Amino acid sequence: MENKKTVLVIGAGPAGISAAKSLANDNISVTVLEKEDTFGGNINNWAKLFPNFKDAGEVKSSLIQNFVNNQNIKIVYNKKVTELKKHNQKWIANTSDGEVFESDAAILSTGFKVFDAQYKEELGYGIYPNVITSVEFEKMYKNGKILTVQGSVPKKIAFLNCVGSRDEKVGNHYCSRICCIAAVKQAIEFKELYPQSEAFIFYMDIRMAGQFYEELYRKSQEKHGVVYIRGRISETSSTIDKKVQIKAEDTLAATPLRMTVDMLVLMIGVEASKSTTILSKQNNIDGPYGFAKSKDIHTADNYSNENGLFLAGSCKRPLTLTETIADGKSAAISVVEYLKQTK
Amino acid sequence: MKNWGFKIPDSRTLDLDKEDLKLYNKIVEKVPSARRCIMCGMCSATCSAANHTNFNFRLVHHKFRMGMFESLASELDKCMLCGKCRMLCPRGVNTRAVIYNMRIILDNMYYKNI
Repeated sequence: MENKKTVLVIGAGPAGISAAKSLANDNISVTVLEKEDTFGGNINNWAKLFPNFKDAGEVKSSLIQNFVNNQNIKIVYNKKVTELKKHNQKWIANTSDGEVFESDAAILSTGFKVFDAQYKEELGYGIYPNVITSVEFEKMYKNGKILTVQGSVPKKIAFLNCVGSRDEKVGNHYCSRICCIAAVKQAIEFKELYPQSEAFIFYMDIRMAGQFYEELYRKSQEKHGVVYIRGRISETSSTIDKKVQIKAEDTLAATPLRMTVDMLVLMIGVEASKSTTILSKQNNIDGPYGFAKSKDIHTADNYSNENGLFLAGSCKRPLTLTETIADGKSAAISVVEYLKQTK
Repeated sequence: MKNWGFKIPDSRTLDLDKEDLKLYNKIVEKVPSARRCIMCGMCSATCSAANHTNFNFRLVHHKFRMGMFESLASELDKCMLCGKCRMLCPRGVNTRAVIYNMRIILDNMYYKNI
């Protein structure tokens, strides 16, 4: 009997899951190494997804069909890969607890992490309790309520885009791609929960590139009366009753602006995860901002410059979930191409 | 005390806590399409009145929305209600109706007191 080809997938987020499933379908033996004790990665942090408000849990459960009980897929949890190296045409992964895995090819699907808003000290995250991040908003929304620390429904809420993105001061020149749409989505969710409250979005540009995103933006204005203010918040402070005071410029009127809100949501950007940066550096495929660099963004986006090491999902750059799942499948095709050549 | 003829000017800062943003809702009630405005400036780019005056519908609409009513009434007098802007608006805002209704509200606020 012919020996089955083996592939290591590092990271069981949407990209890794989708890649593993496609490979297993081609009768390739896949080992998925996940650093957490469960699969799903960042999708676990989301309640509903843009643009159609689909439940993130539902998306996850349809994603993991034929993943968990697949005879070609072995999922190993709590395995953090600390070293990934090529040795004699084989890929060797060392984990933090000293185990070693070996395969014919490897897929890096180590994904992203969100920006730590505490670096933008002037925005008051971690200092004023009613300044929260978009991920915390999702958690609250999952529990059905958006409440201030005092336990009351916010009468006024503000969302601030580009926290940790498009900002030289934190070293990230790029656009995180998903935060604009998420801000519009969360503002709509908030207004649907509390129609009597007001929602403001502070923006630089509203980047709605994708099907139905612009329509979502339009709906937020038309149906929910979300107010858009063009300008970046320069600093926040707290009032005596723990409300958040905002300073910004209304750049459309060329006027400095000040307002008090009950809650401020920071739309934090996307950064390369630690594993993404470490593992791509080890293999000299590290690109800008610690993301992994693909061989060619147009024609070989799942290939890296290291033969046999493939890239899937947001370890390369910020991507939407839709793109990530498609990219996982695309990576699997590239791996199959490669394995056929090396037969 | 001697009057020196000058005083401390009011703050130029737009204070959204103080300004009456609710007044804009009256416009929205009459002209729901106003909410869809994305401030692109196509209206003010094509404006016939802007050829001869410094009238800027985008800015007037925006200032009204933010509760900056000062001098808006006289600004609005520059519009001839020709409706060219409405033909171009990419979000289908009934710009003419917005101006018309802003005029009514501002007239009540300012001119009636003179």
